[in-house]
Amino acid sequence: MRRARQGDDEAYRRLLGHVSLWLRAVVRRGLLAAGRGPADCEDVVQEALLAMHLKRATWDETQPIEPWLRAIARYKLVDHLRRRGFHDHLDIDDYADEVAVTADADAAVDSGALLASLPKRQRRIVEEISLEGRRAAEVAERLGMSEGAVRVTLHRALKALAAAYRRDER
Amino acid sequence: MKTGNLIDALVADRPPRGKPLRWALAAALLAGGLVSLALFLAILGVRADIGPALATWRFELKVGLVLLVLGLAFSLCIALSRPVAPVHPGRRLLPLATLAVLAIAIELFILPSASWASRLMGSNALVCLIAIPTLAIAPLVVVLAILRAGAPASPAFAGGAAGLLAAAAAAALYAFHCFDDSPLFVVTWYALAALPVVAVGAAAGHRLLRW
Repeated sequence: MRRARQGDDEAYRRLLGHVSLWLRAVVRRGLLAAGRGPADCEDVVQEALLAMHLKRATWDETQPIEPWLRAIARYKLVDHLRRRGFHDHLDIDDYADEVAVTADADAAVDSGALLASLPKRQRRIVEEISLEGRRAAEVAERLGMSEGAVRVTLHRALKALAAAYRRDER
Repeated sequence: MKTGNLIDALVADRPPRGKPLRWALAAALLAGGLVSLALFLAILGVRADIGPALATWRFELKVGLVLLVLGLAFSLCIALSRPVAPVHPGRRLLPLATLAVLAIAIELFILPSASWASRLMGSNALVCLIAIPTLAIAPLVVVLAILRAGAPASPAFAGGAAGLLAAAAAAALYAFHCFDDSPLFVVTWYALAALPVVAVGAAAGHRLLRW
């Protein structure tokens, strides 16, 4: 995370990749503990990843990062369950240490519903960068925008996506 | 969107690093405080005997108490705006409780018991109860706006701390208007005046500081 903060994209990608595996295992256990199926698992994983990204300034560099990651996972899991009418106590600390972190098929689950809620331009840019794997500079050229504008729009889109998760009450 | 794709989007997003929260909060508090200062000067004004009052220990103790709350509430706001909740947030206010109890004890020791009641009731209690919440409005709005950048483990607690910070800023101004310097008055009525601000802050925080 420290290196990611200094602009090391590859370090950040590895961190998020590893965290997403851990998150998926933790969230699945949490959903099961709450008596729910794993159907929403990937939604919660993505919501937590978004929060970790957008709120990364709230991690104090002098502190270890695990409690911070765990706190965000817990907040998002509890928040998700609450929106679906679950109010019992749930503490991921009980098992967050022991979950087996393995690659699995859920990584391929597509949660596309919320992307559709974005304004057209934001959605286009997120799709270009994430689905097509283009760089911001290429996207800027294709859409006739400046690279800075693409980055601003991307950042807004991610914020809007996080807000859409918060509102989502299925 | 698959999670792997989301990660690509997150990596591509490199927003400029903003100011640390404590600087943003300090700047906002200053801005909100200036609005309240204008309001204070327009409606209440500084007490006429400010010169001699500055030399009395009671006045200095009053200002010291208020500034202590200001400092403690500020650090409480920062601590509560993180996902990892501090273990005993209430303990951070311990120095305040100690000083308040000490101040009251000294006052009760010095004053004859016959004058306790009049010192407690003072002459300005109602003004105090209205002025502090009013002066706290602008600071509360800006402090909550800044704390939205945080990710509090408990939005309601963080909002309450924001309320305490705003009330302390308001009290710091009001202290220069109020004639009642006795710790008996200050601890009682300033605290009562801060309560609604803390409550409003907590309620607003519960709604506005979710993330």
